[in-house]
Amino acid sequence: MHEMTLVAGILEIAEERAREAGAARINTVTVEIGRLAGVELSALVFCFETARLGTMAAGAELVVRELPGRGLCPACGAETDIDFYAALCPACDGCLQVVGGRELRVASLDVD
Amino acid sequence: MCDSCGCNQPPDAVTYRKPGGHDHPHRHGDAEHAHPHEHDHGHDHGHDHAHSHDHAHGHDHDHGGGRRLSVEQDILRRNDVVAERNRGWFEGRGVLALNLVSSPGSGKTSLLERTIRDLRGEIPLAVIEGDQQTLNDAERIAAAGAPVLQVNTGFGCHLDAEMVRRALSELEVPAGGVLMIENVGNLVCPALFDLGEHAKVVIISVTEGDDKPQKYPAMFAAASLCVINKTDLLPHVDFDVEACKDAARRVNPALAFVELSATRGEGLDGWYRWLRDRRAAAAR
Repeated sequence: MHEMTLVAGILEIAEERAREAGAARINTVTVEIGRLAGVELSALVFCFETARLGTMAAGAELVVRELPGRGLCPACGAETDIDFYAALCPACDGCLQVVGGRELRVASLDVD
Repeated sequence: MCDSCGCNQPPDAVTYRKPGGHDHPHRHGDAEHAHPHEHDHGHDHGHDHAHSHDHAHGHDHDHGGGRRLSVEQDILRRNDVVAERNRGWFEGRGVLALNLVSSPGSGKTSLLERTIRDLRGEIPLAVIEGDQQTLNDAERIAAAGAPVLQVNTGFGCHLDAEMVRRALSELEVPAGGVLMIENVGNLVCPALFDLGEHAKVVIISVTEGDDKPQKYPAMFAAASLCVINKTDLLPHVDFDVEACKDAARRVNPALAFVELSATRGEGLDGWYRWLRDRRAAAAR
């Protein structure tokens, strides 16, 4: 259950940014999570709904923008969307290197 | 403050202990502590799908004078900052730090016991032991003759960089030596948390399925070395070493392998060779 740790990080970043901007409350937290980042999104949302209580984001919605996994073929140079680590290049069957999809980012906040 | 024994630990706190030290078992009945996230199950699980995609959630309307703030920050930045500090700590002392990850029961502690005994006098070793509960592993390491600190993570499923930083302030790690960080037995969460180590070593035993690298690819993708342990049991189990390696190479073509039996001793020379090479590189 590392999702709770991630949520604590999300809330810390969000509150810090909101305070810095002189906001009174956070309405929406938008995060970007790569498909290969190892995060269970339903658990993330579930943890957020508990952990937000008592923070500036107490009534906030968590919006998750899922980013695709991206694989680069070292053999033929093709780049393609992937859903899992051990993907093969659709062009030449080579083993793809993961070049995207591990993102864990707070993208933006909507505040009052 | 803990309301069971009056110590200064919150009930689910991470603890740092050495064998023979003051023991804080902290086995509270869960009923005494409200852990709200554990009690709210059973309602409203339908919401999550709505959040999985990038639908417009009405961001364009005005939240009564609301505004959008750009953030663009890594969620794990705090961990990563502390991990960088740890890395500097290791570098400054010429210490090779390894993060040992595996399922529970793969033989991480047995491999460490054997390594400590075999390399005594050649490579000074220190160990950080991560488990949810008990001092058991730390006691085994101490008996084998290495300085050790046990980190009990309570409910935590992984070690993070801050736990390692705290442990380093209490553990004597010899300069030029090797620090073994035995992570919590778990092939999922520890993949995500940089501790500042030079390399992750993933350990799999032949009593597990040879398809583990397919099932838990993130960990095999993050590791530099894969130790295949308990090879003495190969005649008795259905484990295909080459199939396991092929599966692991698919997620990580650069992964190196060592096959060994920590209890019988076969194959340990390959492990020690890898350790010596990495240690020499870290000391440079």
